[in-house]
Amino acid sequence: MNEQIKIDFEKTFKTSGLSETDVNLKKKFLDKFILNGFPNKKLENWKFSDINQIIHKNIGELSFFSDYSSSNKIDTSVFIDELEHNKIVFINGRVEKIDFSYEDAEKIKLNETSETESEIKNFNSLVDLNNAFSSRIYKISIKKDYHLKKPLVIYHTTNNKIKSKSINIRLKFELDQNSSLRLIDYNNHQSEKNFINIFYDFELKKNSILKNYKIDNDHNKNIGYSFNNINQDENSVSENFILSSGSSFFKNEINCNLNGSYSSAFVNGIITLMNDQHHEIRTSINHLVENTKSYQLIKSVLGKDSKAVYQGKIFVNSEAQKTDGYQLSKAILLDESSEFNAKPELEIYADDVKCSHGSASGSLDENSIFYLMSRGLNYKQSKELLINGFIVDVIDKITDSEVKNLVKNMIGLKE
Amino acid sequence: MKEEFKMDTREKDIEKLKDYKYGFSTDIENIKAPKGLNEDVIKFISDIKKEPEWMLEFRLNAFKRFKELKEPNWQKPKYPKIDYQDLYYYSAPKSMKDKPKSLDELDPKLLETYKKLGIPLQEQARLNGIAVDAVFDSVSVATTFKEELTKQGIIFCSMSEAIQKHGDLVKKYLGTVIPTTDHFFATLNSAVFTDGSFVYIPEGVRCPMELSTYFRINASETGQFERTLIIADKGSYVSYLEGCTAPMRDENQLHAANVELIALDDAEIKYSTVQNWYPGDENGKGGIYNFVTKRGLCKGKNSKISWTQVETGSAITWKYPSCILKGDNSIGEFYSIAITNNHQKADTGTKMIHLGKNTKSKIISKGISAGFSDMTYRGLVDINSKAKNSSNYTQCDSLLMGNKCGAHTVPYIKNKNFDSNIAHEATTSKISEEQLHYCQQRGLSSEEAVGLIVNGFCKEVLQQLPMEFAVEAQKLVGISLEGSVG
Repeated sequence: MNEQIKIDFEKTFKTSGLSETDVNLKKKFLDKFILNGFPNKKLENWKFSDINQIIHKNIGELSFFSDYSSSNKIDTSVFIDELEHNKIVFINGRVEKIDFSYEDAEKIKLNETSETESEIKNFNSLVDLNNAFSSRIYKISIKKDYHLKKPLVIYHTTNNKIKSKSINIRLKFELDQNSSLRLIDYNNHQSEKNFINIFYDFELKKNSILKNYKIDNDHNKNIGYSFNNINQDENSVSENFILSSGSSFFKNEINCNLNGSYSSAFVNGIITLMNDQHHEIRTSINHLVENTKSYQLIKSVLGKDSKAVYQGKIFVNSEAQKTDGYQLSKAILLDESSEFNAKPELEIYADDVKCSHGSASGSLDENSIFYLMSRGLNYKQSKELLINGFIVDVIDKITDSEVKNLVKNMIGLKE
Repeated sequence: MKEEFKMDTREKDIEKLKDYKYGFSTDIENIKAPKGLNEDVIKFISDIKKEPEWMLEFRLNAFKRFKELKEPNWQKPKYPKIDYQDLYYYSAPKSMKDKPKSLDELDPKLLETYKKLGIPLQEQARLNGIAVDAVFDSVSVATTFKEELTKQGIIFCSMSEAIQKHGDLVKKYLGTVIPTTDHFFATLNSAVFTDGSFVYIPEGVRCPMELSTYFRINASETGQFERTLIIADKGSYVSYLEGCTAPMRDENQLHAANVELIALDDAEIKYSTVQNWYPGDENGKGGIYNFVTKRGLCKGKNSKISWTQVETGSAITWKYPSCILKGDNSIGEFYSIAITNNHQKADTGTKMIHLGKNTKSKIISKGISAGFSDMTYRGLVDINSKAKNSSNYTQCDSLLMGNKCGAHTVPYIKNKNFDSNIAHEATTSKISEEQLHYCQQRGLSSEEAVGLIVNGFCKEVLQQLPMEFAVEAQKLVGISLEGSVG
């Protein structure tokens, strides 16, 4: 792999037009990635999902070459037509369209940035891989006091021209004081057997609000990884919602630093799987100052041969008194062959805190099914009703009514 | 005003620790194996204990494996590197060379030590209905109540005696739960263990009294490697108590015991521990390293193993008493109170491995940390795909006192069976001002109030202890936390 990856790297950036310092920085990340390789189950964070093995089994040999020079045709049929929105369209990892036509152009700044090494923290080797191969970095800044009129949808699409590719997407967001952004990540894949690696960096200034909805709902045979790194200032709010059910494998990671007092973070997730799918949500919420709050709710419904993992961590620094942290994960196992693994973790160094977590997994309640069937529903209907009731809890946590309806429609839940 | 009060109680706390209640040592000359760990030392241990050939083989096998193993380092409490070649692996009180026939023949100094500890060795034993197998350093000193137990066919003796007299039983079961191929410390123990307790309860017998062993660590620089094996044959019941205190020492002492429990069909084993070893001084200097491997196997149908532990001592506690629920309908339970103060560190919890159908497990863990201490609950609930209709309930609560200490919860939950139910809850909080205020208003001092509230917090676990232990444990909970509030 090592020789090939170097050749792919040279080939990718030969004609990219990036400055030499940028390419050299990227090379450093490449070397770091080559040193560590894909994470495997020996690493605590990858204990339940050995991505090295998963890639090997599902894709085999990966090609790292990314063609950033030739453009792809946009398939407009994948666009969400239920709600008006701004768009950024990625096709095979290349930005094909950026459209903020609903917004005040002066209030949104979009620029390509270069980074210095010190800006990028050491997360894991997948982030290194992303830094090495993602093309120019777009930074989207929302100006002070501006609230986007329409949500921004980022389309992560691939077409059937590519196979066994590693695709790396990287964006930075900065929300200035009192601003707000609704961001929908929408996965739609025509391709199969690719590895899609997304890395977002969020900077939330005082009183800003970020709502990020990650939707992976259409069945596909790709392997996905998404990492959100969120830094929050005073009184800012981040709401993360994850609908995880489409890809063969998907791991969503959220690392959230609550740096300002009265800031809060919410993570809500639904995992519904069947047929050999394997998804994971891993969160790490770091309460670093006084009076911060976090809330996490993850629910999974697992069909035949599927496997879901939830690893959630609440860290409370010794200065972070009056922290309120909550974490709940629930899973319904529908089949003998389904599996649910959880590691809800608390690491607490302050005494005046309210932190708790709960985790439960089991089968559908036979008594409830009996109750519904005695009211005239058949077995299948009763089962569906119970499952829908189980996950609608999480959808109701979505604070934006437009998006809430969109998600409900997507998974076939009526109003 | 409040600040002043804090200082006051902190000082009191330090004063108390200075005269650690059990901090004395007895002057007895020791026989020691040469320092260091090699095959000769293992042969020396085996030789001096007049062990049969198979036992030496067991040890050497373990040692061979030990040489290939690396010391684990994933645990939260880190400790300075231990030089395993710088330890004595065998030491015995000199007067033990010829085994005494009765209590009167014992070294009077030893008897005095036990008296200070309050072990009811003679008349007290009978009054309290406890049979005591007192262990001084590594060799059993006296076993009382033998007659009454022998009448029922119960074997309760030291491990060395068992190896000689009940070789078949030991050979059949030793190493079946903790094999010689286990982790670093367990394997070390398999290679060099010196003594311990052996219990065999025959079919259908309900052990008429609580069996109890007190451990003492005495000789300086001696790692103590105990090995306990308890076998409950079909339909039998036994309750076993283990309690520990140790003299004050400056150097860190390693303690890596192995405890194996085996419950056959319909049998029940209840294992209770009160651990109050020297925790080091107020600056975190000294204290015992308590790296113990405890594992129970519910081998037969409808068997039950229940662990109860009160951990207040040791500089570092690193142990996970576990249950392997192999038999159908078997039950595993784990009740734990862990208290850390000053610079103590604990990483403790349990593993419940469900293999049989309809197996049930319950975990109640209460952690209290104060001062500069650090406490971690780490547990595993693993439900195998064959463990149909099994269930687990876990509750771990932590109480923090002050913002210099830490409390962590790291549960691993694996469910591979759709018939099974797992529920896990954990909370972290502090003693509320309102509760303290309420108690103080009714005339309790702040320390009494804390003691009362903490005892209430731990009640679910304390209830599980046998009467004799519950009283001691309740006192310990109070003593361990005195002065930590303010």
